[in-house]
Amino acid sequence: MSVETTAVAKKSLFTPFNLIATVILIAGLVVTVMRFTGGLGAVTNLDQNNPWGIWIGFDLLCGVALAAGGYTTSAACYLFGLKKYHAGVRPAILTAFLGYALVVFALGYDVGRPWRLPYPIFVQQGTTSLLFEVGLCVMLYLTVLFIEFTPALFEWLGMRKIRNIVVKMTLALTILGVVLSTLHQSSLGALFTIAPSKLHPLWYSQYLPVFFFVSSICAGMSMVIFEGTLSHKPMHHLMDKEYLDNHDGLILGFGKAASLVLFGYFAIKLIGLAYDNNWHYLTTGFGAWYLVEMLGFVALPSFLYAVGVRDRNLTVIRWAAGLTVLGIVVNRFNISLVAFNYQLPAAQRYFPSWGEITISLFVVTLGVVVFRFISTRMPIFYEHPDYKGEH
Amino acid sequence: MLRRTFLGLLGAAGASAALVKPTQAGNKHFGPHPDTHGVLFDATRCIGCRQCEQACNEVNELPAPDKPLDDLTVLDTERRTDEKTYTVVNKYQTALGPVFRKMQCNHCLEPACASACFVRAFKKQPNGAVTYDASVCVGCRYCMVACPFSIPAYEYDEPLTPRVRKCTMCYPRLMEGKLPGCVERCPKEALVFGKRDELIRIARERIAQYPDKYVDHVYGEHEMGGTSWMYLSGVPFTEIGMREDLGTASAPELTAGPLAAVPMVVGLWPVLLGGIYAVSKRNAKVANDERVKAVKDALKRAGEEAEKKLHEELGKAEQASQRRIEVEVKKAVEEALAPKEEDAGSNEEES
Repeated sequence: MSVETTAVAKKSLFTPFNLIATVILIAGLVVTVMRFTGGLGAVTNLDQNNPWGIWIGFDLLCGVALAAGGYTTSAACYLFGLKKYHAGVRPAILTAFLGYALVVFALGYDVGRPWRLPYPIFVQQGTTSLLFEVGLCVMLYLTVLFIEFTPALFEWLGMRKIRNIVVKMTLALTILGVVLSTLHQSSLGALFTIAPSKLHPLWYSQYLPVFFFVSSICAGMSMVIFEGTLSHKPMHHLMDKEYLDNHDGLILGFGKAASLVLFGYFAIKLIGLAYDNNWHYLTTGFGAWYLVEMLGFVALPSFLYAVGVRDRNLTVIRWAAGLTVLGIVVNRFNISLVAFNYQLPAAQRYFPSWGEITISLFVVTLGVVVFRFISTRMPIFYEHPDYKGEH
Repeated sequence: MLRRTFLGLLGAAGASAALVKPTQAGNKHFGPHPDTHGVLFDATRCIGCRQCEQACNEVNELPAPDKPLDDLTVLDTERRTDEKTYTVVNKYQTALGPVFRKMQCNHCLEPACASACFVRAFKKQPNGAVTYDASVCVGCRYCMVACPFSIPAYEYDEPLTPRVRKCTMCYPRLMEGKLPGCVERCPKEALVFGKRDELIRIARERIAQYPDKYVDHVYGEHEMGGTSWMYLSGVPFTEIGMREDLGTASAPELTAGPLAAVPMVVGLWPVLLGGIYAVSKRNAKVANDERVKAVKDALKRAGEEAEKKLHEELGKAEQASQRRIEVEVKKAVEEALAPKEEDAGSNEEES
């Protein structure tokens, strides 16, 4: 296996992916230097009215939602007893772990004094803040994800004893993971409940935490399908029979679940609209955009998923997954950027700068590169030959 | 399967109920303290001289602004507070002619910034001021997101030690027994410093005395749970750039529901998920046992049937062989007897 891997790596050193990745990484490093020498003002379009830009809206909110595949897959496999999803757990855990690690990494750019990030937990606790809860949960969950990931690492390193100890803790870790995910996925939505005057009524709701939690489940499952599709071609030679045999079943199963959860999400969003009696906003410009989000990025993928599962058409399911992933990004952008500060005159609204976009691309690229590095070396898409059928 | 679905539904219902129910549990109050102080601003008295801005700049030792502080042309464009300016005066064109309005931190009774801060960098002081401690600030700017009045400002150009900047109600001066800089300097007594309930009484008296001159509303008495700075105006507050749709719920009330749901999720989720795990495991075990039993039964039945068949076959075979023996015997007997008869026959023929 390793001979084969190195051969492939050597052959593909100057691929378009590697060239583009190198350019983005270098540009990212340049902006990094600018950020830490000139301050946020030098590289971002943030101002006194718009304190949060895409580093929060995309890197944090979308990053955390799209890394939800970790807890949804491990819960389906270990808690709900859907053993056939087992082959999908490791890629999902690795994606989630890297996702969260990059969220924290990206926060280092956004917060003013990144080395103080442990302060809210270890120096002075602001327990009345939902951000405190987010911080605490993300820190704990990152630890849980790391431990959940370590069996692959220990198998790679040949450390059998400690690997077996960690595997024994799977159930406890999975439950802890779901608890922590429920809390911080919902708290990210709850962050905005403090600002009813700034967020457009169509997006503001007391149910925001529930909306965020439920949509994170859709995001997680769609991301597993989406990412499985993306890694299928470049990683195919690494995938073992179990992974490939179960992959289509996993797509169908998650597609079915995602269709239902999206439908449920659509229903509770409707309930939220009715609860606050916001129907009259639907005829405004924001209302049109809200309808685009609800019909195009929630109802449509829910329907596509259902059709895809009925016809056992994996292509349709994959398109539905892509649409849902895009929909999550649209929703998180709407809440943190588009519908936020909706009362400000257009001239004072925020639009990301090139520096901000560069860093966001930089973070994503870093994630893909590290994912490739790990998944081409460690038993992620295949079972380690020494531990076959031991789960 | 049914049981599992039911448990899931139960959990989901419980969680959503817990998440949205606004309750005071799990939250704390920041004020008001009994002798909380504040300032009353009367827009009908303000002449837009910017003396308060100048005083603020001086007593807080803020950097010099781009345009001189006595330059009144800056009033032509609407401004907001920033990292170099804790207070600004804006001019608004209304039906009653130009009206000036001062703006600074309103020092809420239940400050959104203090509620939102995850390191408790903001503190509601007993004398009413909301102060900020840069020594613990991480620079997340959630205070700026949370503030309904968009007051906190940030030092975006500071690479490594940025601070949040906002009016302190001259907390250090208050501790020395002095007035806030702006209040002391105001030439028209548009600003009155005092105990908050005293200020509300003064405001009400002015409205009662001149009902035609004032709008019958003390802005800040109830907005966002009440503020230490309060406002009187002769024109509707929206016309002088103040939002009247903020509601009376304080920031901690707005987030009390989600915060109260946290311990419930921590308490209920492991039980629920453990239950789902146990049920699914039990289902798997039952299914497995049933499969094993079915296989066993099938094998047993097959065995019994085979034995029965064998038995029958054997019986049949025995019968058949018996019959065959009988037939054979009969045949043999017949055959044995036949030659004799033949012999007898031939004998007869011969004889």
